[in-house]
Amino acid sequence: MHDRGYYEEFGGAFIPEVLHATFDELEEAFRDARHDPRFWQDYETLMSTYSCRPTPLTYAENLTEHFGGARIYVKREDLNHTGAHKANNVMGQGLLVKRMGKKRVIAETGAGQHGVATATMAAKFGFDCTIYMGEVDVERQRPNVFWMERLGAQVIPVREGTRILKDAINEAFRDWVTHMETTHYVLGTACGPHPFPEMVSYFQSIVGQEAREQILEREGRLPARVYACVGGGSNALGIFHGFMNDGVELVGVEAGGKGIQSGLHASRLSSPDASVGVAQGYKTYFLQDGDGQMRETHSVAAGLDYVGVSPILAALKHRGRVRFEAATDEEVVQALALTVRKEGLIPALESAHAFVQAFKEAPLLSSRDIVLINQSGRGDKDIFTIADAFGDPKWQKFIMDKGEKYRA
Amino acid sequence: MLESYLKERLQSRKILLMTHIVLGYPSFDESYEVVKAMVESGVDLMELQIPFSEPMADGPVILRANQEALARGAKVSQCLEFADRVCSEFSIPFLFMTYYNILFKYGVASFAQAMTHSGIGGAIVPDLPPEEGKDYLEAMEHNRLSPIFIFSPSTSLERMRFLASLTKGFVYCVARTGVTGAQTSFSQDLQSYLTRCRAATSLPLALGFGVKDRADIDFLTGKVDIAVIGTQTIRLIQEKGVGAVGNFIAGLR
Repeated sequence: MHDRGYYEEFGGAFIPEVLHATFDELEEAFRDARHDPRFWQDYETLMSTYSCRPTPLTYAENLTEHFGGARIYVKREDLNHTGAHKANNVMGQGLLVKRMGKKRVIAETGAGQHGVATATMAAKFGFDCTIYMGEVDVERQRPNVFWMERLGAQVIPVREGTRILKDAINEAFRDWVTHMETTHYVLGTACGPHPFPEMVSYFQSIVGQEAREQILEREGRLPARVYACVGGGSNALGIFHGFMNDGVELVGVEAGGKGIQSGLHASRLSSPDASVGVAQGYKTYFLQDGDGQMRETHSVAAGLDYVGVSPILAALKHRGRVRFEAATDEEVVQALALTVRKEGLIPALESAHAFVQAFKEAPLLSSRDIVLINQSGRGDKDIFTIADAFGDPKWQKFIMDKGEKYRA
Repeated sequence: MLESYLKERLQSRKILLMTHIVLGYPSFDESYEVVKAMVESGVDLMELQIPFSEPMADGPVILRANQEALARGAKVSQCLEFADRVCSEFSIPFLFMTYYNILFKYGVASFAQAMTHSGIGGAIVPDLPPEEGKDYLEAMEHNRLSPIFIFSPSTSLERMRFLASLTKGFVYCVARTGVTGAQTSFSQDLQSYLTRCRAATSLPLALGFGVKDRADIDFLTGKVDIAVIGTQTIRLIQEKGVGAVGNFIAGLR
């Protein structure tokens, strides 16, 4: 029997029989690609010519001064083409799809960033593309839907279940079991059945490799702590990868929503509300009830609003290698506002979770320490959501006026 | 046990009928009425689906039935009580169909014990391939229950043999790729797949996914041992109510 992708007790491949042959094929294609040195070279070339790799490492001088503790650095995944680390995984899987000779890609999306990245990749490589998106997310992320459609993708609003990310994943699997001959499912995060967690974190490891080299070049030493937000976990695994074997403390920050006590959050590893279960093809911590039914989650950041978490991160928590914290919606909006004002950087709401925790801890560290934050995506494209989070009256008036004009 | 029941039943019937319901949909009382009507109309065995919030292998009709049952508060404990009741009142075999998390959260060993206690004969767990099912297979064996695995058109003959070696009772063959409830064309194309299924095992073969009327069952007679009616009765309940089930089943053969 081949490797089923276990990380301690987490992971596995809990897939219906109809997908068995498809997963064998995918696993083999991924293994071959990994062993082919040209594949990674092609990937790096693609990412440096089509996206902006290597992405810069920015010294946040004003924030450092403001907090008066550790030196704060920011890894700029927001400068990828399409605006987030999602592009790394998507372009990598796109190269794999070309190797497998498939002609159609499907994907789920929550915030819409993975959907836009997949639609972009499909446009570039000439694949047909279908994106599944929860109806709730379609409503709150219209600009991303607009771009996916312009890029040639068909966007299907998912009206089942809680109508968010997990339901979009179920629907993408339903498409896949019907069309697996021609279709590859570009899963967006380091979750789902093996080999997806391994494959997605492999492509995202480029973030950590670069960050480690860059900080050593700039400072001649490693950071004390690295912070990343955790939805499914792919940006966190990407940046953590570079520091896994170093004495660097790794901190994952989950969505605390309206507070852990409120029950309205998406904290799987930093709250007592989650337990081990099996769903969506893998075993990990899920926010579920005593019967094993998945619960509703909440976050201001659609990309973190998910019931499960990467099995690799679940194992790293068990081993004590990664510490997990939660940031509330309110803290996130404050950290975002401060970062915009002080540095002129606009992190996505998702990424701002990592900033919250770094801001809590930086003042307690010495000025000789370095902390590194992964800015996984940019926030300016989420202007509708962020403007709502800020409750900006001038923006609201602008939208109302615009609405009047469309009605006329 | 299940296998011998089926083989004995096949002495007098050319094809057996297995039906599928979602427990607690529309309500547990109505689920009971449906079981009663089905048994009285001559169904040979039944799958009782314990609802799950993420039924990955099910199409829209069964998916919605799962959601509605849960929205009305269906609990695993109620499903087990329901199983106690129907197993003691009706003499046909009943199986559980559900997703692995339901067993996992309950505790796989305790769940198997509860099944035996109720008189449930076996289980179909579509997201649990045998490679992930060590605890499950041990618990089923220990409780003399039938674990039923699934063949699909993309399953190789070699893998069919492997799956059949772990299956007891019968093998569930899905007629096509995709999820439950979509259209299946019952044509001669199916024949080469079924020939492969037959070559892999001497267990009875059940065929499901898209079986909806008498014409489909006539087509399958002589080709498989059990025809599975799943989505169609749930659709019927939605359209015409529980009362329409008896006549529909009686008209199938």
